[in-house]
Amino acid sequence: MAELRYIDAIRDAMLTEMRRDERVLVLGEDVGVKGGVFGATDGFHAEFGEARVLDTPLAESLIVGAAIGMAVAGLRPIAEIQFSDFIYPAFNQIVSEAARIRYRSAGAFGCPLVIRAPYGGGVEVHGGLYHSQSVEAFFAHVPGLKVVTPYTPSDAKGLLIASIRDPDPVLFLEHKRLYRALREEVPEGDYTVPLGPAAVRRPGTTLSAFAYGQMLHETLRAAADVAAEGLDVEVVDLRTLRPLDAATILASVRKTGKALIVYEDNRFMGFGAEVAALIAEEAFDALDGPIVRVAGLDAPAVPYADTLAAAFMPTAGKIADAMRRLAAY
Amino acid sequence: MAAREAHARTTGARHEALGLHPDDLLAMYYHIALARAIDERMWVLQRAGLVPFVISGQGHEGAQVGIMWATDRTRDWLVPYYRQLAACLVRGMSPRDLMLGLFAREGDPSSGGRQMPAHWADPRHRIMTTSSPVATQYLHAVGIAYAVKVRGGGELVVTSMGEGSTSQGDWHEAMNFAGVHRLPVIFMVENNRYAISVPTRLQMAVEDVAVRAAGYGFPGVVVDGSDVLACYEAGREAVRRARSGEGPTLIECKVERLTAHSSEDRQEKYRPTADLEAARSKDALVVFKHYLEQVGVLDEERYTEIHRRIRAEVNDATDYAEARPMPDPATVTRHVYAEE
Amino acid sequence: MPVEIRLPQLGESIHEGTIARWLKQPGDRVEKYEPLAEITTDKVNVEMPSPLGGVLVELLVPEGETRPVGSPIALIETVSGAIAAEAPAEPPAPAGGPGGSDRSPAPAAPPPAAGRAPGGVRLSPLVRKLAEEHHIPLQALEGMTGSGAGGRVTKDDVLRYVAARGASPAAPSPGAPAAPPGAPASRPPGPGSADEVVRLSPVRRAIAQRMAQSKREIPHAYGVIEVDMSAVVAWREAQRDAWRAREGVPLTYTAFFVRAACAALRAYPVVNSSWSDDGVVLRKAVHVGIGIAVDDGLLVPVIHDADRLSLAGVARALDDLTRRARAGRLTLDDVSGGTFTITNPGVFGSIWSMPIIVPGQAAILATDAIVKRAVVRDDAIAIRPVMHLGLSFDHRIFDGAVAMQFLNFLKAWFEDYRDGR
Repeated sequence: MAELRYIDAIRDAMLTEMRRDERVLVLGEDVGVKGGVFGATDGFHAEFGEARVLDTPLAESLIVGAAIGMAVAGLRPIAEIQFSDFIYPAFNQIVSEAARIRYRSAGAFGCPLVIRAPYGGGVEVHGGLYHSQSVEAFFAHVPGLKVVTPYTPSDAKGLLIASIRDPDPVLFLEHKRLYRALREEVPEGDYTVPLGPAAVRRPGTTLSAFAYGQMLHETLRAAADVAAEGLDVEVVDLRTLRPLDAATILASVRKTGKALIVYEDNRFMGFGAEVAALIAEEAFDALDGPIVRVAGLDAPAVPYADTLAAAFMPTAGKIADAMRRLAAY
Repeated sequence: MAAREAHARTTGARHEALGLHPDDLLAMYYHIALARAIDERMWVLQRAGLVPFVISGQGHEGAQVGIMWATDRTRDWLVPYYRQLAACLVRGMSPRDLMLGLFAREGDPSSGGRQMPAHWADPRHRIMTTSSPVATQYLHAVGIAYAVKVRGGGELVVTSMGEGSTSQGDWHEAMNFAGVHRLPVIFMVENNRYAISVPTRLQMAVEDVAVRAAGYGFPGVVVDGSDVLACYEAGREAVRRARSGEGPTLIECKVERLTAHSSEDRQEKYRPTADLEAARSKDALVVFKHYLEQVGVLDEERYTEIHRRIRAEVNDATDYAEARPMPDPATVTRHVYAEE
Repeated sequence: MPVEIRLPQLGESIHEGTIARWLKQPGDRVEKYEPLAEITTDKVNVEMPSPLGGVLVELLVPEGETRPVGSPIALIETVSGAIAAEAPAEPPAPAGGPGGSDRSPAPAAPPPAAGRAPGGVRLSPLVRKLAEEHHIPLQALEGMTGSGAGGRVTKDDVLRYVAARGASPAAPSPGAPAAPPGAPASRPPGPGSADEVVRLSPVRRAIAQRMAQSKREIPHAYGVIEVDMSAVVAWREAQRDAWRAREGVPLTYTAFFVRAACAALRAYPVVNSSWSDDGVVLRKAVHVGIGIAVDDGLLVPVIHDADRLSLAGVARALDDLTRRARAGRLTLDDVSGGTFTITNPGVFGSIWSMPIIVPGQAAILATDAIVKRAVVRDDAIAIRPVMHLGLSFDHRIFDGAVAMQFLNFLKAWFEDYRDGR
């Protein structure tokens, strides 16, 4: 085992698969000689050559659309969208095409495609309105797609390998704040973490807090802070947004009686709304308090100036306050 | 072969110069006429209230059959659009397959009744599944062509489109990518001068779509879509380029749309009567028939026999598809994801 | 037999068409797919081909008139051989059109009464569930100031209460509370300004839910029989005082009813059963519930293993349950597990009733008033004490024949009564 950063674990996953399976290739802007703007494909061009590490023209619809054609023709493409904020030109290809190919052909065709995209913001990110967005809500809505938001480096590697091997299109969202900030012992070689199951990061009894991506980090800190006050918060890492692990979510709520959902995206109709609806519908008589969401503000995205970014983002402090209020209800 | 072709060039039998045998000609004629008959029957069924919708390729058949005849019908890919009934027939789908799609019956190979008619697909014949948003499939076509090239199998991809779809961004992105990588793809533009009701003068600033190919680094040629042999010849050259690694070709076929855009459209509203009448005179089915008569390949007896066979096939396909059950509602959420 | 030709759905969002011109007249032969009429709509104008071949019998719509899609427009007599595989098809539903939206999904079940017990205390779903599990009457929680926001009673408060209570569960829990109603009831108009809303007590609410559930789920059928109670009345009159002195409890008619029922249930085990989707569950034990009227409703305490008790045993059990019911001291065990129920509306003067089956049981027996009547005996008028027995039963489990056999058994048991059995 080696200690890897999140970005290295992602690189390691792709490297492992590209070495193991010659059908796997990477395409996107700057993925080739440059190795990707975040370094995710550093060294790939030299090892695998231009055909398998393809610098595409600046055209997101093309990146996903051509990848769809490659997948249908029997390759295993990993398409990189440079920033989630730029995924929208490819929205049609992802939603109308990739997600529907299997369904519309009644199973005759499939689309084993991975689309990787960095997402998310924070004060240190300084991404502004167009390099900080969360886009999972648009896509997790779509039957036929899978959406993954790993938190730990070891999860990132195992989930990405599993995604590459998955017969269906997977949107793999990597929080850019985690790239270099998070380190962990990551197993070497070939292993998978299955898409779907959530992970209980911190068992507890007072209330259940559900989060994904970088918000795990904030939520765990908040849980540690309030532990000193006698609140024992259970923190659950959703990991895969679609398919959603309803069983783990409901079991946790039945145990604690209170649910808090944390997500960085705009609050209104963000992913947490689906989790809240699920809990309300399926675990109503286990609830000893309202289901609470802590989320980003309903402003278009994370603004650039530090003060504005801090106001937008859910932080450990804001999450801890919400935990206290819910626990006291 | 070369001697025969040279001889043919001097005596003037166009098809011989192209290396086509009378049997090829009859088979090509058969496919054009069969496509037309199926298409016409589909309209009748819709107007009789037996199916809700039809969209047509009448007038496009000659160009499609001509170009497709130049491809390898056992391994080349087809990424079609909704007027490509004739091309799908040539590529190997049967009249029954097509009627199952029209009636949206269980067992429809294109989509199991899930898509509207004319969204043909068939993995057995490498006909890629397509959707309704226009021009999304050209990116898929170049992706397939990229995979094919990387694997070195020598196959190629034919993808076709109306002239209207060449306004979509996806089309330009696909053309660009094909040019950059010299992909083995044939962009077949079936220019019938109307995108539903929008005439070409409002769709593009150029007379011929073909000139755009130069902007993407490869040749674009214009052919008369009513001249089946001219289409075949253009197709043959494009196939040669693709297989030799020279890259893509755009073939623009000038065709006529003989029907309204679909059963939802009334073209008299925007298409002058004179225009419609002129269109009928450029029907490849008629023009090609004359050629075959001229070169003595098609006589009255053969003609009658061919059309008798076609009528029987169309009736068989109609009756077969109509009698099939509707898709089982219990299957409505199957195949959203891969099943174990 | 002529076949109707209907106006086809010629396009999405087209709802009607006008017959511009008939291309065929009555008496004409029509080939399949031959043009029949010119039809205009506001989107497309078409020549409509005939969906089948035959002889045109009648035109149902004059030229120039408009009809909705799907209307019959002509009649064709099909020729044998050209017969429909082509029955005129129903015009297919408009693609994604308005037709599909009529069927809105069933509205979500309204939540069980939000936790406002009388007194306005908020009880969360979890708190209510815990209260039920631990046999805590909601009234006990109402008066409590909890540790939650605004004095709310929390889960921990309930658990602390349970720990502190120690000993046996107190307070009566009125008949097993029902699950919330599945289908939404239609909403009656709200209270007007002069109307008074009487809040539901937990007992009333529970009864309401059970009754509604029973009527909704169980197909009720009824049997009635007339019983000459002379023998029972005579025996009871003769024995009453001695009995009372000896046993220390009164001898009510109900005791006889229970004994009779036990005998009948032994003879007809299918009446002592329960419906399930897997099959009819024949209950081995006989636990007889007795309807007892209390201040704000009806309680149904149960005599467990009633078939093992003698008349005296039954009488004693009845006395005990009745006292505790009236004092509000029935336990959850007292009111659960019944396999058959007897209700006695006769005490209020009812001569014939159709009671509601307790959910989970197969039948309920109503014993109406014992009234002196003129009856015919041996072709002569006699005065006898007569009682109607009514059986409401679950028609899924057994039929009227069995019901009447059961009732006849009871009738015979009463009419042949002797010896304090």
